[in-house]
Amino acid sequence: MEPINAWLVDELARLSRLSLPEEERRAMTAQLKRIVDYMDILGRLDTAGIEPLSHEAPVGNVLRPDVVEPSLDRGELLANAPAQDGEMFLTPRSVE
Amino acid sequence: MTWETVIGLETHVELATRSKIFCPCTTQFGGQPNTHCCPVCAGLPGALPVLNEKVLEFAVKAGLALNCQIARYSAFDRKNYFYPDLPKAYQISQLYLPIARDGRVELHTSGGDSAVRIHEIHMEEDAGKLVHDPWIDQTRADYNRCGVPLIEIVTEPDFRTADQVIAYLEKLKETLQYLGVSDCKMQEGSLRCDVNLSVRPLGSDELGTRTEMKNLNSFKAIARAIAYEAGRQIRLLGAGGQVAQETRRWDEDREVTCPMRSKEEARDYRYFPEPDLPPVRLGEDYVAALRAARPELAAEKRARYQADYGLSPYDCRMITSDPALARLFEALVELGAPAKQGANWIMGEVLAALSARGMEPGDMKLPPAALTRIIALVEEGRINRNTGVQVFEAVFDGDGDVDAYVREHGLEQVGDTGLVAAAVERALAAHPRSVADFQAGREKALGFLVGQVMRELKGRADPKLVNDLLRRALGVPGAGKAVEKPPQL
Ligand SMILES: [Zn+2]
Repeated sequence: MEPINAWLVDELARLSRLSLPEEERRAMTAQLKRIVDYMDILGRLDTAGIEPLSHEAPVGNVLRPDVVEPSLDRGELLANAPAQDGEMFLTPRSVE
Repeated sequence: MTWETVIGLETHVELATRSKIFCPCTTQFGGQPNTHCCPVCAGLPGALPVLNEKVLEFAVKAGLALNCQIARYSAFDRKNYFYPDLPKAYQISQLYLPIARDGRVELHTSGGDSAVRIHEIHMEEDAGKLVHDPWIDQTRADYNRCGVPLIEIVTEPDFRTADQVIAYLEKLKETLQYLGVSDCKMQEGSLRCDVNLSVRPLGSDELGTRTEMKNLNSFKAIARAIAYEAGRQIRLLGAGGQVAQETRRWDEDREVTCPMRSKEEARDYRYFPEPDLPPVRLGEDYVAALRAARPELAAEKRARYQADYGLSPYDCRMITSDPALARLFEALVELGAPAKQGANWIMGEVLAALSARGMEPGDMKLPPAALTRIIALVEEGRINRNTGVQVFEAVFDGDGDVDAYVREHGLEQVGDTGLVAAAVERALAAHPRSVADFQAGREKALGFLVGQVMRELKGRADPKLVNDLLRRALGVPGAGKAVEKPPQL
């Protein structure tokens, strides 16, 4: 995994459209690094011969029939959006 | 230096399910923006996806038809990206354990036979539609397409020519249409193809740096984009330059590819297993049942039509160009229409009627029994073929009783030879000039006389009978054999 550094935090902030003041950026870099280092402990385990686990619950094949049900009312769907025009969700410019 | 083009394809196919992949919203094309959405497909917090069983079935059917190994254990993963066409900020897809792998498709092109290996097929959800509004400088998002089920079919880089690519796509389209898993309409985006292309010196085993081309909306665009992009890379390398690994957009109007930025920059997939969806385990019986249920595919139908009905390869190709046409043909034959007649009506009147209405064969409402009846009436000589076409037009758009229509409009052919002969006599008497012209060797004059007789009989006579009677009356030797057995009313 890519090491957590100032560049990567900037990149993630840019992609998520967050503007981090210098102080928060430094704090975030340190915290993300701690989280990733903690997860790295798992990497020290010897997993040779152990099947990869793709799901934690002992269930499988939860399926639904191909049946159409009414969708949500548009007003309700858009109600909690930070920006909308009654028809569409609005986002900052994201297409060329 | 001689260069070789190396191409691999990623094809997205929209599955023809009624509801979306993880929620019960409709998959219907169109609709007012954001009216086919619910908490699951709009990515509202706390909503949980549940897999549509039909998506699984269609993916397995596609995998079997493309000679893949079907995974008995498969699972979904999250593909994370920061782009508002998917409101969850990730797409549910399959990376680690896709539903099918290691397939193979045989191709026949004018350049010879070849085979393309299928790397894998995975199930995933489609994204929404973004439109930038320059007036407010904001992007508007419609999530109706979010969660529409897709399979992505990924080939190995086994193509060397655009012809092979088109042959593969045609076969893929035909196969998926006959399986009933997708309608594969490129113009509506239900079949979309990304082309990965690199070039290398002929004879080299190493792959060059590839580019990925998007926005290819027709087979023609694909062929042109391949020619353009291969040329661009060869010129670049020939001049000592390097190919950058990037995504390029095909510009249909300018016929060039150009680098595509926005979505690319958002790439930071960080795949991980989807915790909200349990894995899928398939039993042998499930796979065996789907294998056994595979319908007859287009190539098999063509071979059978040639062998059983003696149709030409061209006719077979035409009437299998869409599953709805093949269904109509088989229904006609089953109802007793002569195969060649059935094929001719489909290739002629049916295709013309569809194109005049801008309709797809799948939307056709013509009852096979009606066309069978028309064919029979023409064969029996009770209506002539032109009248048959008139009746066909009247019943094409839905119900309509062929016999009632013929009766009500008095279209039944004049089968009484005496009546036709009388009309012939009158025409000859009325147009001595044409008679003289004909006897002076001007064949065209006969056509005029036939027209006069047909007009008097309101088009209801058998043109062949009129022709024969005229020739006989005009004293042409050998004429008149056809009237020995007049059509029966
Ligand atoms: Zn939904």
